[in-house]
Amino acid sequence: MKRDVRWDWRTLTMLIALAVIWIVFSAATHGTFLSPRNLSLLARQMSVTSVLATGMVLVIVAGQIDLSVGAMSGLLGALAAIAATTFGWPLPLAFGAAIALGALLGAAQGSLIAYLGIPPFIVTLGGMLLFQGALLGITRGITITPPPAFLLVGQTYLPPAAGLALSGVLALAFAWQAVRAKGMARVRFAVLALLAPAFTLLMNAYEGVPVPVVILLVLASLLALTASRTPFGRHLYAVGGNREAAFYSGIPIAKRLIGVFMLMGALCGIAGIVLTARVGAATTDAGRMMELDAIAAAVIGGTSLMGGRGSVWGAILGALVMASLDNGMSLLDTEAFWQPILKGTILVAAVAADMAGRRRD
Amino acid sequence: MSEGAARLELRDVSKTFPGVRALDGVSFALRAGEIHALCGENGAGKSTLLKILAGIHPADSWSGEMRVDDAIVRLHGIRDGETHGIALIAQELALVPQLSVEANVMLGREQARFGLLDSHAMRTAARAALARVGLDTDPARPVQELGIGQQQLVEIAKAMQKDARILVLDEPTAALPEADVQRLLALLVELRSRGTAILYVSHRLDEVFQIADRITVLRDGRSVYTGDHTPGDGSPATRERVIAHMVGRAVSERPVRTARDVRPHEAPLLSLREWSLADPQRPWRQALREVRLDVHAGEVLGLAGLMGAGRTALLASLFGAARSRVSGRVRIGGSPEREPFATPAQALAAGVALVSEDRRRQGLVPEGSILDNLSLATLARFAPRGVLRLQAREAACRAQAEALQIRPPALEQIVMRLSGGNQQKVVLGRWLLAGPRVLLLDEPTRGIDVGARAEIYGWIERLSAQGLAIVLVSSDLPELLGLSDRVAVLCEGRLTATLAAGEATPEAVMAAATRNAALNPSQEVLT
Repeated sequence: MKRDVRWDWRTLTMLIALAVIWIVFSAATHGTFLSPRNLSLLARQMSVTSVLATGMVLVIVAGQIDLSVGAMSGLLGALAAIAATTFGWPLPLAFGAAIALGALLGAAQGSLIAYLGIPPFIVTLGGMLLFQGALLGITRGITITPPPAFLLVGQTYLPPAAGLALSGVLALAFAWQAVRAKGMARVRFAVLALLAPAFTLLMNAYEGVPVPVVILLVLASLLALTASRTPFGRHLYAVGGNREAAFYSGIPIAKRLIGVFMLMGALCGIAGIVLTARVGAATTDAGRMMELDAIAAAVIGGTSLMGGRGSVWGAILGALVMASLDNGMSLLDTEAFWQPILKGTILVAAVAADMAGRRRD
Repeated sequence: MSEGAARLELRDVSKTFPGVRALDGVSFALRAGEIHALCGENGAGKSTLLKILAGIHPADSWSGEMRVDDAIVRLHGIRDGETHGIALIAQELALVPQLSVEANVMLGREQARFGLLDSHAMRTAARAALARVGLDTDPARPVQELGIGQQQLVEIAKAMQKDARILVLDEPTAALPEADVQRLLALLVELRSRGTAILYVSHRLDEVFQIADRITVLRDGRSVYTGDHTPGDGSPATRERVIAHMVGRAVSERPVRTARDVRPHEAPLLSLREWSLADPQRPWRQALREVRLDVHAGEVLGLAGLMGAGRTALLASLFGAARSRVSGRVRIGGSPEREPFATPAQALAAGVALVSEDRRRQGLVPEGSILDNLSLATLARFAPRGVLRLQAREAACRAQAEALQIRPPALEQIVMRLSGGNQQKVVLGRWLLAGPRVLLLDEPTRGIDVGARAEIYGWIERLSAQGLAIVLVSSDLPELLGLSDRVAVLCEGRLTATLAAGEATPEAVMAAATRNAALNPSQEVLT
């Protein structure tokens, strides 16, 4: 019971903070912020960072860090674009290759960490520089424009009817879970059952649910399931919570670490593809600084950098907070320099609030 | 002991945490020049009381009165405690391993001239403090190079340097080898004769009865008993009385072995041959040398030896958790003889489980729930198709938690908040879920209260009756002798004796445990 209560306390604070941000921006922009058009834009803006943040949660939960995700996403997105344009690979092949290469690069970084004992900060810092350099070398500083079909991944919407049908099915599934569950879980499922069609209706009021958001929601569901319902996921929590105890429990720590970096790498591939498609081009500085946004989203979402604690949905809430700030400030025509200043402040404040909450426990 | 005035007094102290009344009207007095022992089961409120005394729980977070030299004091932090001459030596030593001995002694009390450290004055002060505790080592050595016993002395020297007149020690001997224990107790007796008031918290009643002048028992947050203790007969505070007050019921303190169905004529369930282990710190030396062991189904084999004899190393290397090279052969049950297990996962697959000696470091994921911790080693079993079946996992864990009587019975409870005894049951439960055939227990009752200890004894009996082969390591010799069918004795990595229950007297065990040293006197000097 206790854990549930604590989790909900944290979620609740975050939801309240989000509500405050939304109300302030909505008032300041005379309602523009909360218009379906802008919320759709907001959802698309946050999707790439969120994909990275969902993986980053698991990396941090295992007591690790991955600084290379931004650069790796940029590199893999560009490679997919080059494969599709210059070499004319069919899209599924180009996408699959980018994702597989991401997993491979992740496995390589993970192996260095797990077997040679090099701190993840160093390995992935090195990886970040390496991938940035590789991206520059491959593109030769030139922006690559992928074929139109490629862009569908980032720029199209689910047809409204399909979105509604899908969300209806989801709502029924959640409602069924709510009937079966007890206590707090029942409330949570009931809220989800209402949220799914509500979100779809809202998105349909503009153009429909954006494809990147669908990709994000599918990935996040899979990762949340991985975190809570698979031995792999539970092992990551144990490794980050007490590595020694995990070792003595027969958990293959090296394999799990390599596994989580592989997963992160594959997610970088997906994020890179969506990013390229959304922007409509692979640029030489694509993905830059996105690792920090992903880490910040995870941390604002309640992930402990000490390892052992964090949730995928929390990270998405964290990403939503950050994207709302970006979006709202752009709407208000605030000078650009204010955005990082405010984001940094929020990051530190979120962790401070969390620490205070923990002490009170 | 003279009837000195109370140096430190608590009157009617109560403290509540959300949902828990940790202390409930506790009163007691600590006189100058006395050693006052504080006993109680885990969860009785000792830690809370110590934190109040040291100022860690600030004065406005509890009710009641605290007096030092008959004046009311209100502490708001450790510094406040120090200004009143109160020093707490916590279970976890507060030393910086990389810093030198003298830097640690002066930590927080650095002396400066013109804003720069005055190393000469600091060195002089540090040496004086070290001399007072009788620590004879190079003060420039990093603390991490010292043994745990010497580190403890550094911590006490640190307290002396701060002119502590009230010394509060929380389980100071829990991690100490026997020789260091005696040295520490002698030092406390000496400090007492110089007028220091000492509050001594320990589970080890032998030590308490060796040095305490008075004994106070806490139970369920109340001070239920205070009695004077004098050596010899006729002392008001007897061992039986103290234990009875600790548990609130009569409990046999030592286990008594019941007759077991051991079948030595059958093939052993566990056998080790020529088992050797390199010393991780000194690779040219061997921590274990050609050990041979056989343990039968239904048998409890006790492993005795002095600190550093290789008992823990033997269990860890058998479990595939050694940090250095292992050689030899092992056989479990009817399976063929094989190389040593390279990882705990291999050992587990073969049916070997280890309850390690340091449950906080090696046993538990502190922020995980009871459920998470119980199922940690068996997750794959509950996920036949890759996804955990939550209900199956919960049902199995709930059954195990109920069988072990883990308190509280809520599986969602975070393990960090359980008492030591319940934490130990969680670790044991994890292995029972794995269904081992060979169970290795390394100090399973260390730091847990008398009641939980009796339950662990019961489990050892029950599991051996079910046909498990159990290897038990315990520094508590009466406990080891009481539980074991046979006792194997290690000395400096060699097996020096295997004694049947009838032959295993404390004297025989100690003789075997010191056998090598007698043959090789030069090594005695080294230790």
